[in-house]
Amino acid sequence: MVEVGHFALVLAFALALVQSTVPLVGAKTGDERMMAVAGPVTVAGFAMVALAFAVLTISYARSDFSVANVWENSHSLKPMLYKITGTWGNHEGSMLLWVLILTLFGSLVAIFGANLPASLRATVLAVQGWIGTAFLLFILVTSNPFVRLSPAPIEGQDLNPVLQDIGLAIHPPLLYLGYVGFSVCFSFAVAALIDGRIDASWARWVRPWTLAAWAFLTGGIAMGSYWAYYELGWGGFWFWDPVENASFMPWLAGTALLHSAIVMEKRSALKIWTLLLAILTFSLSLLGTFLVRSGVLTSVHAFATDPSRGIFILCILMVFIGGSLALFALRSSTLTPGGIFHPISREGALVLNNLFLTTATATVLVGTLYPLAVEALWGEKISVGEPFFNLTFGPLMVPLLVLVPFGPLLAWKRGDATAAAQRLMTAFAGAFLAVLVTLLFVDKTAVLAALGVGLSVWLVLGALTDLAFKAGFGSVPFSTMLRRLRGLPRSIYGTALAHLGLGLTTLGIVGVMAFQTENILAMKPGQTAEISGHVLRFEGMQPVQGPNYTETRARFALLGAGGQVSGEIVSSKRFYPVRQMPTTEAGIRTMGLSQLYVSIGDETSDGSLVVRIWWKPLVTLIWGGALAMMLGGAVSLFDRRLRVGAPSKRQRPMPKGAETATP
Amino acid sequence: MNGYAMKRNGAFACLLLFLMAWTGPAFAVLPGEALPDPALEARARALSAELRCMVCQNQSIDLSDAELAHDLRLIVRERLKAGDTDEQVLDYVVSRYGEFVLLKPRLNVRNALLWGTPVLILLAGGLFVVLMAGKRRKTRPETLTSTESAALDEILRR
Repeated sequence: MVEVGHFALVLAFALALVQSTVPLVGAKTGDERMMAVAGPVTVAGFAMVALAFAVLTISYARSDFSVANVWENSHSLKPMLYKITGTWGNHEGSMLLWVLILTLFGSLVAIFGANLPASLRATVLAVQGWIGTAFLLFILVTSNPFVRLSPAPIEGQDLNPVLQDIGLAIHPPLLYLGYVGFSVCFSFAVAALIDGRIDASWARWVRPWTLAAWAFLTGGIAMGSYWAYYELGWGGFWFWDPVENASFMPWLAGTALLHSAIVMEKRSALKIWTLLLAILTFSLSLLGTFLVRSGVLTSVHAFATDPSRGIFILCILMVFIGGSLALFALRSSTLTPGGIFHPISREGALVLNNLFLTTATATVLVGTLYPLAVEALWGEKISVGEPFFNLTFGPLMVPLLVLVPFGPLLAWKRGDATAAAQRLMTAFAGAFLAVLVTLLFVDKTAVLAALGVGLSVWLVLGALTDLAFKAGFGSVPFSTMLRRLRGLPRSIYGTALAHLGLGLTTLGIVGVMAFQTENILAMKPGQTAEISGHVLRFEGMQPVQGPNYTETRARFALLGAGGQVSGEIVSSKRFYPVRQMPTTEAGIRTMGLSQLYVSIGDETSDGSLVVRIWWKPLVTLIWGGALAMMLGGAVSLFDRRLRVGAPSKRQRPMPKGAETATP
Repeated sequence: MNGYAMKRNGAFACLLLFLMAWTGPAFAVLPGEALPDPALEARARALSAELRCMVCQNQSIDLSDAELAHDLRLIVRERLKAGDTDEQVLDYVVSRYGEFVLLKPRLNVRNALLWGTPVLILLAGGLFVVLMAGKRRKTRPETLTSTESAALDEILRR
């Protein structure tokens, strides 16, 4: 059974070799039959990897401990959901998921790319084939999940308890769909360089893939952030951990790519830069894979003790990043620069967006790698943590966020900043009011926080302003405006939703960072604790036996104004005997947009329980805003002109009354 | 047990999921630790957030429940009570544990590139954008040629 998976993986490798070479030769020689090989081979490769993945999943579901990978990461008593998600909760399985998603994207290009020029399609699929070949070889040589054990052990070693959570079912697949989705943009960029031809239609072909990858990555990062928030037990939502940065860098670069591709599509400008960004974004995905997979992050020395995997990925990294950048250096001069524009224009605004996002990416990159460089060069260890990033990344984001509402309101080619500013007066007034309200009614001393609240309101109202004016606000009757609002292209709604989501996330971050309150105390049953106007009474502890853990539950009653019980919060600690590891299950109660967060510690010698309670105002907006961004990406993806699979030749009827919206 | 698998297991230390970095429930500042003076305690918390828990993975002593973090939090508070400035407290901790303990690296020659990157990239990028804009205005005509605009219309119609 397991050997079927292993065999399928070897077959997938062979198919990837064909996919890497034959279509490319066909594209160079103009041989249509050779080019036509690309599609079927890509889809067959995906089928083989999917088979291998299914086999591994079944081994996990059946707790087949004769497979080393299952033995190391599973346990017969584990609930079925975690048995299945455990498939990718380990190095080998997660690399297999990586390749599965890579081949999935390749197949989607093969299926939906029927109307791409034949040579471009063949070249793109060939480049996807190179990536597939490299990573399949990596799995087969250094990380084979199908290695057998003989004799088969009776019981497995269980999965790390922290991973035994619904988060593992959602977070890695979403994250990989984003990470690996950018490989399509990379392949299109390399294909364009090989072809030496690039125009606005290229951007139109690439944009849906960028949007899809970006939306998934947004969701994946947000999900990971919420998971860490509720699972790790101290209520942080972002830690600037190198592994988080590894996923954040492609997101920042991908956001820049998303925006520069609009300029390229609409105005044929920024072509060379967009190509470079497409290459860099996926390079950062590869770098992230290297950083996380090689173990180099824990320590340079940990890397040196078992370097086979690290060196393998490092080679992949050098070949793909170095190769593509060399190709870029060689060929980019053959590309003709595109349209020109006045600095104050939509293009100009998007260039600024790219400038800030690129700088932010570089800052995170240098911050993440600097400790490695210092250790390698000087042999000393330094730390680059949250205080550094708050001081550098934060200030970089502020001007970007201030400028966001202007972008969509400026015309292409030559915009009118004064007119845009006038249109944004309402948004500005709203933001000003928000600052005043925060200062007067919340905290007179929190000037920075009040400005942060104002900035968030500015973003939200700015996004709405854009929609209103695109529908003809102020110049047409209200009924016409509503009709026009319905007729607006979906990409306009996508932009507004994403920018609105950015505002909401900012508001959530400001709310928590500035106004969070905390109460740490030792409680005995019957005692009450007060935090930001909420009163909690500790009801007592009770032991619970889980399927593969023991749990101690602490129950807290939420008391209303008159002392009556208005709700309950349960916070618990679990102990997983197989791995000898404890976990916390924080007690969280959502109240409006805010949350009450209760985490319990050890019992003290006098029998009271150490309890930590946080009031986290507006915290849900952090992830709610990210969801809105993701939704914005999805809405934009289903815009007529951007449907996956690129443009059709069919004439597109203009929606009535949408002239103002279509530049 | 199979020796190969045992060896493999050791290499699992690093998983994609950053959750793996923490091996247990965090429980930081304990009830008895806080200083009675709220201003001093606020400074202690701010300093704690800048100091790394040496035995943890990328965690500040403010957030860590490790014994070492607990000791370090007490040291910080003792120094503050003794009248040290924030800088003196940090110097003291660095003298005992080395610069690794600082989550915000010091601004010195070795770390110049780290702190300089945001400024350098922003300036260089801004300069590049300005230069390119200037160059384009000189060398390129302001309007599209008729064939270009026809091609563009064709693309936009598609």
